[in-house]
Amino acid sequence: MDIKDIIKPENKVYGKTPILTDNVMHYCPGCSHGVVHKIIAEVIEEMGIQDKTIGISPVGCSVFAYNYLDIDWQQAAHGRAPALATATKRLYPDKYVFTYQGDGDLASIGTAEIMHACNRGENIVVIFINNAIYGMTGGQMAPTTLLGMKTATTPYGRDAKLNGFPLKITELIAQLEGTCYVTRQSVHTAAAVRKAKAAIRKAFENSAKDKGTSFVEIVSTCNSGWKLSPVKANEWMVEHMFPFYQLGDLKDR
Amino acid sequence: MAEKILMKGNEAIAYSAIRNGVDGYFGYPITPQSEVMETLMAEKPWETTGMVVLQAESETASINMVYGGACCGKKVMTSSSSPGISLMCEGLSYMAGAELPCLVVNVVRGGPGLGTIQPGQGDYYQIVKGGGHGDYRCVVLSPASAQDMYDFVDKAFELAFKYRCPAVILADGVIGQMMEKVEIHETKPRRTDEEIERTCPWATVGKRADRPRNIITSLALESDVQEATNLRLQAKYRKMEEEDVLYSTYMTEDAEYLFVAYGCMSRIVETTVDMLRENGIKAGLLRPITLFPFPTKQIQALVPQIKSAMSIELSAGQMVDDVRLAVNGAVPVGFYGRLGGNICTPQEIFDAFKKFNNLQ
Amino acid sequence: MKEEIIIAGFGGQGVLSMGKILAYSGIMQNLEVTWMPSYGPEMRGGTANVTVILSDKKISSPILTTYDTVIALNQQSLDKFESRVKPGGLLIYDPNGITHLPTRKDITVCSIAAVDVAAELGSAKVYNMVVLGALLKMKPIVEMENVTKGLMKSIPERYHNLIPMNEAAIEKGKQSIQIINQL
Repeated sequence: MDIKDIIKPENKVYGKTPILTDNVMHYCPGCSHGVVHKIIAEVIEEMGIQDKTIGISPVGCSVFAYNYLDIDWQQAAHGRAPALATATKRLYPDKYVFTYQGDGDLASIGTAEIMHACNRGENIVVIFINNAIYGMTGGQMAPTTLLGMKTATTPYGRDAKLNGFPLKITELIAQLEGTCYVTRQSVHTAAAVRKAKAAIRKAFENSAKDKGTSFVEIVSTCNSGWKLSPVKANEWMVEHMFPFYQLGDLKDR
Repeated sequence: MAEKILMKGNEAIAYSAIRNGVDGYFGYPITPQSEVMETLMAEKPWETTGMVVLQAESETASINMVYGGACCGKKVMTSSSSPGISLMCEGLSYMAGAELPCLVVNVVRGGPGLGTIQPGQGDYYQIVKGGGHGDYRCVVLSPASAQDMYDFVDKAFELAFKYRCPAVILADGVIGQMMEKVEIHETKPRRTDEEIERTCPWATVGKRADRPRNIITSLALESDVQEATNLRLQAKYRKMEEEDVLYSTYMTEDAEYLFVAYGCMSRIVETTVDMLRENGIKAGLLRPITLFPFPTKQIQALVPQIKSAMSIELSAGQMVDDVRLAVNGAVPVGFYGRLGGNICTPQEIFDAFKKFNNLQ
Repeated sequence: MKEEIIIAGFGGQGVLSMGKILAYSGIMQNLEVTWMPSYGPEMRGGTANVTVILSDKKISSPILTTYDTVIALNQQSLDKFESRVKPGGLLIYDPNGITHLPTRKDITVCSIAAVDVAAELGSAKVYNMVVLGALLKMKPIVEMENVTKGLMKSIPERYHNLIPMNEAAIEKGKQSIQIINQL
């Protein structure tokens, strides 16, 4: 049997959403970004909002998110995506506006912008990728790096006395009156991906309802930065990250 | 007949923004320009024109809100004063790189550091020569009256959209705080979403099926791509120098001595010119209205008739560099200025002029 | 016509708003005007001052060193600005709290007991309008009808019921000025 006999419409079991471009992703094999990109793309397709969605990419590995989702994009300065999103949503209240930010971008250099956008209750979606490390610059300590975790700038492990404590920024965000939905998800199993996608869909739906900010953290891996294989990285995340960054909804109203 | 209102330069900025179809203002309080946002908040334009006005959490956030709004093709602006502008320089560089139009108003105070809340012109280098990183320029307009503050809002947006670059109104505490008569001209409505999509096809307003996605970014990791961007920017700056230099002159026709001064100092120097003329000395003034593009050729044209040129500034001497470049050694170039929020009086300039030119 | 005036006194005496009403009256009379509040070292010592220029031509420098008219409403202001009246110019001061009287003989010197007059009128708030009246008596640079228009433009509409009281204070100021040294 020739391969052409297999590739037929009646045999199709899965299709890539057209919102994902055909560009080859620059992400490392095993990285969580690709999966999160895909589920955002699927949500945009399923909601039929491609012409109303504006994405804002951060500085970090996902700076190039604009190469992979076929929507209009703004590329922000480091940490400032929530400020861009604020203006964009206020100037176009009928559009869907989301930021896509890593832990360095959102929880370190952009702490003020994310806190105040959430506190004002901007009707935007925030996708927060927390892999506890700076990927793009080569594996340095992030604000969310766990105690004892080795990185390029904590070669002997993160020491609270030297480096402070890992920041549970999502817990802080959940305290803010302006947020309506704050959840922590992951994409390491098929079941987790389904749950994360449902959370992202809810966040996008919220943003059209004038309810306030929806904030979705995805606890993620960076196997290159962690210096583990993709499978080992997932295991390490389950064993070390999940006890500290516990999955589930922190707020839903 | 146009309505005439007594107002501060800062208030004129706010009134003009509402009446010239500005879509959004994002700012953070700082003396001596807080009246801009206070006036906007009191006027509540969101109830009339639909203009968005928001007090941001910092100047950093303000300029990045402007960045976001500009990505959407909207007419968006902010205002601040020197220390706040320093924080905004990151955003200005990004917007220059991403080729976005916007308006930033800098009501300059004395520096460096927290400095003084009194007037200054010490931000000339920062605004005219750069401020943020990388090879970029902003269109820089220098108002000398409350009426200029009113009129330059529209002019700045015209140039910002013509060149897709940030425009800066570089004012000073005198122009911001002084009240003068302002004529309110016919108002312009905000552009419709259809107009924006037609005139700004690059704007990120949601990807429609009939066009590729729009990406606004200042990132180019490949050197050749970045260099192409740089060359495109430089070509724009040369075009500005050809097409959009603005300046005015006072008594230069027969002038043997030239003053160059901008903003509030151009007004003060006019009085000095009058005083010198009363003493039989043929002095004249060239006032650059655009500080970038700088009226280099216009100064050069006066060089054959003058014995000297003098730059008068509320700084330690910054614009004088550009005057020297224009004069190019043909005649002596002098400088007089005050610092720290002190303002040169016409008499002080008169005395400094006589000393520089060895006149009794 | 060009009149360069500085009004100087304590914060709270209504110096800035008096300047604003004067400037607005000038606009109503089709004059060019500038209103420039204290700057630099002029601000020290809890004093407030404002320079107002009215002219039938474009105004160049809003910053001056000498003035046609100085209105000094406390001792510090009198001490600072007496010497800065142009020869032949006008100095108006409020004698309340003044211990060192002006000495120049080459200018016209007047006093206006505006604290007392305002008290007589029953409102300390019209103090600055009494002073404005004194100025307009000596230098009728703007017509009273334009002053009324200036008041209407300067005062928020909800306080327009107070305009007659302000006009009365201006009138009383005109009547109450005393000439100390007439050139």
